[in-house]
Amino acid sequence: MDFYFGLLQIFGVHTLLGLSAYVVLLTGQVTMAQAGFYAIGAYSAGAATAMFGLHILPAVILAGLVTAGIACIVGFPALRVKGLMLVVATLAFGEMVRLFFFNLTWQVERGGEMVGPNGAEGFRAIRYFPENGWEVWHVTVFIWIVVAVIMAALWWMDHSRAGAVLRAVGHDETAAQSVGLNLTAVKVGAMTLGGFIAGVGGGIYAHTVTHIEHGVFGVLLATFAIAYPILGGLGSVFGTVIAVLFIQGFLIEGLRFVGDWRSLLFGALIVVAMNLRPHGLLGEHAPNLRRIFGREKTEREALNTKEAK
Amino acid sequence: MLALDNLSKHFGGVRAVDAVDLTFREGEIFGLIGPNGSGKSTTVNLITGLYTPTTGTVMLDGHDLTQMAQHERTAMGVARTFQNIRLFGNLSVAQNLWVAQNGRTQRREHFMSRWFKAGGEHGPEIEDLLRFSRLHTKRDLPASALSFGEMRRLEMARALASNPRIVLLDEPAAGASLEDGQLLAERIRDIRERGVTVLLIEHMMELVMGISDRIAVLNFGRKIAEGTPAEVQANRDVRAAYLGSKHEDEELIHA
Repeated sequence: MDFYFGLLQIFGVHTLLGLSAYVVLLTGQVTMAQAGFYAIGAYSAGAATAMFGLHILPAVILAGLVTAGIACIVGFPALRVKGLMLVVATLAFGEMVRLFFFNLTWQVERGGEMVGPNGAEGFRAIRYFPENGWEVWHVTVFIWIVVAVIMAALWWMDHSRAGAVLRAVGHDETAAQSVGLNLTAVKVGAMTLGGFIAGVGGGIYAHTVTHIEHGVFGVLLATFAIAYPILGGLGSVFGTVIAVLFIQGFLIEGLRFVGDWRSLLFGALIVVAMNLRPHGLLGEHAPNLRRIFGREKTEREALNTKEAK
Repeated sequence: MLALDNLSKHFGGVRAVDAVDLTFREGEIFGLIGPNGSGKSTTVNLITGLYTPTTGTVMLDGHDLTQMAQHERTAMGVARTFQNIRLFGNLSVAQNLWVAQNGRTQRREHFMSRWFKAGGEHGPEIEDLLRFSRLHTKRDLPASALSFGEMRRLEMARALASNPRIVLLDEPAAGASLEDGQLLAERIRDIRERGVTVLLIEHMMELVMGISDRIAVLNFGRKIAEGTPAEVQANRDVRAAYLGSKHEDEELIHA
């Protein structure tokens, strides 16, 4: 049973990671910085509970705020560049964060032993949950309450003017400026909100695994973060959740029985999924076999060319 | 109200707009015409801030807009439409207007209610604009699903959603038939009746001559004439620019 609860915990923290990229992606920015933000959240929440004895809830919120602050600062220069250049810039930021924690040694004595980040060895003994008698299912419920709260908040935002503004910027920056939107404010705002969510997710993640090290927060994790909302579709927050279930549940756990072939199938199935649902798993278009094998334009592309004329 | 003073934009060696002076009066419909490549759209882009001018200033009622970012100019009351329609195709018709509600009056609203109140796309101003653009039956359709003419109408309504003082219409009749042109003329007059000054950039002569209070003509980035439609039509330089130059022909013969 604990295995399934553990799996649900992974789904939960990865949903937060995906949602953090979802917010930024709404503005049309492809960011590879989310793994870095996740790391900052993980280390700061870990430090808050293990080193300074905070309760988990303020620790996680603190991690979110710290990460949001850093995301805001990073956002200003990073969002001046677009497209591939932004991918490169955010990738560099993510690696910078990872290498920072690779080199960070900062330990304090607590209960007769040294705790804190210890360079390449990582940050061990983030044992808030076991020390306070939380059982696995408690933790799982806690995680999904947090996920539900954040999803509800984003769902609300999506249906307010703020959501429409994010999508407007993502669709056409020139038009967005012409109707009076401040691109920098909107993009940095999205980056900050994304940073907060990633920080919260990372903070919870650190406590579920009790031991974090720099290697986890590499390019692969950043790729997963951005893959969830792209695969799930930007229609709503539920796309990201479905994509997490699809990737983590079906492709990673569900396909374990095929052994070494899993990695191959993993890639192939994502390609198939994206071809069947070019606007994401929960996109608005029905599967169309001709679209996979033919060169027919999708309705949207056809409209775009019409517009261009 | 809006004044361009010695406005120039050079792209490398090309003088797309060259030392143009223009003053638009409150509540008028001002036509800006000229042959292809004469610098009309560049002028619009200089007024709205898409380009920074090489020289000159843009003043709105004594406020210098020249160094302002685009969104700041919109907040000051300058709105525009695009020659090649630029709607938010991923948003609904009503949402396109909602997003643009960012002008002088709405800025006074509380931050939270302006950004995070759900259902604001049903506000009275938006309903009014939907009726104005005759799109109230399509309010929840994605903007990408509209017909070409509907897209133009929506874009014009979107420009009005920010409560502008002057709206710049960049070739609103492009791709429209002559009949559409007459409906368009009515709609442009409607805009003026809302108290909004109109700068109309257009190729369709019937439209511009029919509704403009004053007209300026650009050719090779320079202003070659300005005045009432009748004055401009009678101007020799304008005839030369549009119909081929008699003088040039003579010069060629003499050469």
